[in-house]
Amino acid sequence: MGLQRFIAERKQSKDILLMAHVVCGYPSFEENLQELEIMAEAGVDLVELQFPFSEPSADGPLFVLANEQSLKSGTTVDQCFEFMKLVSGRFPFKVLMMGYYNTAFKMGEEAFVKRVKESGGVGYILPDLPIEESPKLHRLSEEAGIEPIILMTPTTSDRRLAKLGEASRGLVYVVARKGVTGSKTQMGDDVLALIERCRGHTDVPLGVGFGISSKADIDVLRGHADVAIVGTAALKIWQEGGAPALRKFFTELMA
Amino acid sequence: MDIFDFSEGREGYYGEYGGVFLPEILQATIEELLVCFRECKADPKFWQDYVALLQNYSGRPTPITHLENLSRKLGGAQIYVKRDDLNHTGSHKINNVMGQGLLCQRLGKSKVIAETGAGQHGFATATMAAKFGFECKIYMGAVDVARQRPNVFWMENLGAQVIAVEDGQKTLKDAVNECMRDWVTNMADTHYILGTACGPHPFPEMVSWFQSIIGLEAREQMLKQAGRLPDRVYACVGGGSNAMGIFQGFIDDDVELIGSEGGGHGVGSYMHSSRLAYDDATVGVAQGYKTYFLQNDEGNMNETHSVAAGLDYIGVNPIFAHLHDQGKVRFEAATDVEVKEALKLTMRTEGLIPALESTHAFVTAIKEAPTMGKDQIILINQSGRGDKDIFTIADALDDAKWKSFIGGKADQYRAENN
Repeated sequence: MGLQRFIAERKQSKDILLMAHVVCGYPSFEENLQELEIMAEAGVDLVELQFPFSEPSADGPLFVLANEQSLKSGTTVDQCFEFMKLVSGRFPFKVLMMGYYNTAFKMGEEAFVKRVKESGGVGYILPDLPIEESPKLHRLSEEAGIEPIILMTPTTSDRRLAKLGEASRGLVYVVARKGVTGSKTQMGDDVLALIERCRGHTDVPLGVGFGISSKADIDVLRGHADVAIVGTAALKIWQEGGAPALRKFFTELMA
Repeated sequence: MDIFDFSEGREGYYGEYGGVFLPEILQATIEELLVCFRECKADPKFWQDYVALLQNYSGRPTPITHLENLSRKLGGAQIYVKRDDLNHTGSHKINNVMGQGLLCQRLGKSKVIAETGAGQHGFATATMAAKFGFECKIYMGAVDVARQRPNVFWMENLGAQVIAVEDGQKTLKDAVNECMRDWVTNMADTHYILGTACGPHPFPEMVSWFQSIIGLEAREQMLKQAGRLPDRVYACVGGGSNAMGIFQGFIDDDVELIGSEGGGHGVGSYMHSSRLAYDDATVGVAQGYKTYFLQNDEGNMNETHSVAAGLDYIGVNPIFAHLHDQGKVRFEAATDVEVKEALKLTMRTEGLIPALESTHAFVTAIKEAPTMGKDQIILINQSGRGDKDIFTIADALDDAKWKSFIGGKADQYRAENN
């Protein structure tokens, strides 16, 4: 089932979906699995599996450390895909590859798309790959039936939003604010206005991320966005309080 | 040839290298920069202002020195040196920085950020920011902060905030990542003064344009002083900005251009920063652009090394990747050991102290000069001065008197603190 249809079906029973995030191999694949079990129990709808990269320039301090430590412990691209396969077969949520373009570039775009597909991934997020550089990758993805997730941001002009909207499929990732992952965003009128602006340029579902860390944040988005995206907050809670804290966090978010 | 005459739909590409690989949030900022840069480049007044500023503030044009003693000793080609070490702040870095300072004024931004490796670019940026009244933050790998304290001292005293970057290898590439992170947050009032001809378009073109002043001067000076153009021009290549600068003066002439990279511990050691001279680098995409990177099969960057912090970098500017493919520039490497020997020779025979970075160009030139005829001419770009490297050079030369001096100073500070 395609990503867009999956989102539409899930949205019949709830008013906003939740996408979560883990950095593969950090703190370890075993702990990743425990985190994902908790996310699945809580009813998380989508999960980004971040493939670690040595130059994660769009990430904030916590994910930078996670990328670095994961690579230091020997995580390989192959392990990440194997993990993706395991996870997508075991849990009801859909899985997306998240990472930096060099990972796909070094594999070769054909091999990358094939491997995401084979591993049960429904799409991928490559934040340092602008649409100008992705026609071939997008074509290959369409042929394989997986979705490239396009990002729309507060600094994107209307002219460019139109261009991005045309290329969008499956899900659009709306970046709620400037900056890197992991800092707080003031969820308010600015974000809602951005969502409306993006909505004017695409028919695919909108996911909103960057700085979402509480049920209150999600409540603001309810009725405006289709998916709320939680990244750094969950990793922080896992590190501070382990499984019980993470279970509590997601249960509250999904309440 | 005009390297910057891009074909339709390939703006910012040099062969298959270059481009813009940035998060969507920065697209508007990079577009704004590109528009402003195009205006500046098309405006003859901008270039005049730039040249005048460097003349009045930095001592341009820098001279060319004929190294008669060294030429005689080596018994081959006549060696000339372009003296960009005589710039204010001690290297060619000031050229690009002053240019981007003028551009930043046009952009109407009040803050600047910059990455630095050896500290020369940070030092130059802090200087420019003090003169122009910009708020200035310098990102520097924690390892480099530890090994380049004198430059950190000057940056801080010039009013810049120096931030030690603790991520990754804690060197230049990590400082670049940290600048990107600052920029995606603060782009509204901040200009990123990238220090070399790398990164996303238009930086390679822009930095090359500002540095082309070196080659423009050098060509004219060689014709006047030596009566003709050199047969070969040598420059060290980290990111490649000083080499791009001097090579542009001779790119349409029948002059061989040679880039000298950081050979570190040598070929096969995997402790070097030679992207093109050795076979260890492959094409990849990182830090906003596509080029040859020292990386593993999965695209994660390898550790690099050079005795010269300014050459210790994973990637090379995309223009050189292309010129290398085309055979227009030849790339060689100089090892740490060779650099030390060449530095001693240059100091003793000519009284010149090139920076460790620039000494890489001397190594290759000194190797090749004896194989050339006495009527042939070579030109070396001395992009920086070596007195900034006194701690590293004193270590390399294992200078007992220096160590005893530092020991004494340390005792004195300790006594003062107690």
